[in-house]
Amino acid sequence: MQESLFAPGHRACAGCGMPTAIKLVLDAAGPNTIVASPTGCLEVTSTPYPESSWKVPWIHSLFENAAAVASGVEAALKKFGKTDTNLLVIGGDGSTFDIGMGCISGMFDRNHNVTYVCYDNEAYMNTGVQMSGSTPFCASTTTTPIGKESLGNPGRKKDMPAIAVAHHIPYVATASIAYPADLRRKVRKSLDIKGSAYIQINAPCITGWSYADGTTIEQSRLVVETCLWPLYEYVNGQLTEVKKVRRKKPVEEYLKLQGRYKHIFRTEDGADIVAQIQAIADANAEKFGLLD
Amino acid sequence: MMKVAEGSYAIADSVKCCSPDVVSVYPITPQTHIVEHISKFVSNGELDCEYINVESEFSSLSALIGACAAGARTYTSTTSQGLALMFEVLYNVSGMRMPIVMTTVNRSLSAPLSIWNDQQDSLGVRDAGWIQLYAENVQEAMDMTPQLYKISEDPEILTPSMSCMDGFILTHVYEPVEFLDVEKVKEYLPPYRPDVILDPANPKTFGAFADPSWFTEFKYIQYQSMNRALKKIEDAAKEFEELFGRNYGGLIDTYRADDAEILLVTMGSIIGTIKDTIDELREGGVKVGLVKVRSYRPFPVEALKKALKDANVIAVIEKDVSMGFQPSLLTDLKGAFYNSTVSVPIIGFTVGLGGRDVPKRQIKKVVEKASKVKDSGIEDEFEIFAVNPECID
Amino acid sequence: MSKCQISMVVEPGSTEVTKTGAWRTFVPIVDHDKCIKCSLCEIYCPDSCIHQIDYNFVPDLDYCKGCGICSHECPRGAIEMVLEDK
Repeated sequence: MQESLFAPGHRACAGCGMPTAIKLVLDAAGPNTIVASPTGCLEVTSTPYPESSWKVPWIHSLFENAAAVASGVEAALKKFGKTDTNLLVIGGDGSTFDIGMGCISGMFDRNHNVTYVCYDNEAYMNTGVQMSGSTPFCASTTTTPIGKESLGNPGRKKDMPAIAVAHHIPYVATASIAYPADLRRKVRKSLDIKGSAYIQINAPCITGWSYADGTTIEQSRLVVETCLWPLYEYVNGQLTEVKKVRRKKPVEEYLKLQGRYKHIFRTEDGADIVAQIQAIADANAEKFGLLD
Repeated sequence: MMKVAEGSYAIADSVKCCSPDVVSVYPITPQTHIVEHISKFVSNGELDCEYINVESEFSSLSALIGACAAGARTYTSTTSQGLALMFEVLYNVSGMRMPIVMTTVNRSLSAPLSIWNDQQDSLGVRDAGWIQLYAENVQEAMDMTPQLYKISEDPEILTPSMSCMDGFILTHVYEPVEFLDVEKVKEYLPPYRPDVILDPANPKTFGAFADPSWFTEFKYIQYQSMNRALKKIEDAAKEFEELFGRNYGGLIDTYRADDAEILLVTMGSIIGTIKDTIDELREGGVKVGLVKVRSYRPFPVEALKKALKDANVIAVIEKDVSMGFQPSLLTDLKGAFYNSTVSVPIIGFTVGLGGRDVPKRQIKKVVEKASKVKDSGIEDEFEIFAVNPECID
Repeated sequence: MSKCQISMVVEPGSTEVTKTGAWRTFVPIVDHDKCIKCSLCEIYCPDSCIHQIDYNFVPDLDYCKGCGICSHECPRGAIEMVLEDK
């Protein structure tokens, strides 16, 4: 493996899933790459002035405009005839699912030759674990805390890949840091295809999700094995590749490992909640043909 | 070449002469004609640039950050609600030292919704770190475009700039204007060649976050650059005059001000009306003159002191209001003179809000009020002028 | 131009000056005989701090935060997380 384009010394938490994702993405993209990132865990942990982990050109502007910034970079490179440079946005779910939605929609609509990578840790982690559009049903966050009147997030996880597909961009995929070869392949494929691409990577957050030390990759593997995080690709709007799940695991096996779900197992509504989450997983298995 | 043209077309043409690499566009009245004309230039092959139809003004300026960082000369245009939507991006652009040039067509801010002219929008963002020049007429607005690129892109300045022009009054008017000769513009304005850009051959990080031990110094350096722009604005205007034969003032300009007892201070297209009014009043023996503020940021303190120090009274006329106190130009001017030796009484008038016409008789009323100050002192330091009397308590 | 060295632009890879190894409580110890050189530890390490040197996989203790991912993922249990003596 070549020397990483994402240098150590960054301030990500010990055991954070995000830097593994970044490393794999950059490894696949290679040094002829420009990256734009929004504000978030990645930006803050990788660029505390005067230090930077980035060994490729990198730009951060604001929380919600990374896709617009990347659109501008792409336009400039087009004007200068430098169309062989890889362009990536790498941002978190807060920026992607919520505040940055407008800019992303615009970039996808204009089909700029940019791959948008979302490292999804399922909440606004940089500001201390608040609910985002990506937070799954019943997850506890600081703005959907559990209490007498609440069982965590009452809403469902926004289907961002479907939104990307609805923009008719040529490539949409989901990935996980537990399947590194698959992730790298998808990044390379997205960069080979001309036009916009969206890749959503499951990136567990040990601080926000509360799980045992060292089990970050295991969390990401399990969420795939339960079918809660289907691994698939859409090319030109058609579902083309799906990663089959050989031994489907019940969602309970995943949920009980994480502190953000522990309340489910202490409440009398628990069985019902698990059933609802299981239904989400089963629907994914059906929709994407995850099982043989 | 002299032609009668719509103001917006003239601006679009001046942008074309500056050869931007990337232009981002979002429609909003009354600046839309500018970008529509640019769009025609691109589709006709008259302008070789990347033209991005973005999904909001927030994105139009954001896209230019990316383009500028990649080494492109950039342009966009906006007004009112669009400028307000860009608020955080404006600060980001200036903080990142991106020499983006933008036309801000001046229009009032909702609520209530109004598409008509006043200067609330650009004056409301005076602290965002952008150079702001205000145009008196279409010719000046045209001439400003290459000057602003020259100023902003200077490595000692590296500060974004906006050319402010009154909406409808200057954008939709048809006037004879001298179109810029593109070869002369090339001579005046060198190509944009920044030292550091987003380039895989030489990777750099743009936009790291700064903790308290670093932040102040970033702002100090920006502050010094804006101060250096005072001289650069004068130089750019002089160099422009040498090539094109026109000068509308660098930082300020004056009209019949030398022996004036009453000096009016203002910005923008209202100057046309005021100059005519001054001529009429002078015929009647009133010693009134005008000091035009062309550069609002950086604020030309020394130039204004020199121009205003010998008057008996100064009357500021502007098209904005600051709820809870007094409007921008009035307070900045008073502030500039407070600790100085200039001890001329200053009064201020807000006129023309939301596109309300400012006729000569209103200017004359301002002069009349100002004329009373010398003998009777200041009665009202500030007034929102010409309010419907039925509305007044 | 100001003499201050502050620039909007930052040098690539400069976080390497910060030795995050100081964060560590547990340190990974690799049994090179058990190790099958699958390189999964290197692939998964969030801090790019386990590298193949000559034939063996060696943690870079300047940066290793002791997160335990390498140990947990090693298919042969060749990495043990040990409380570090500091």
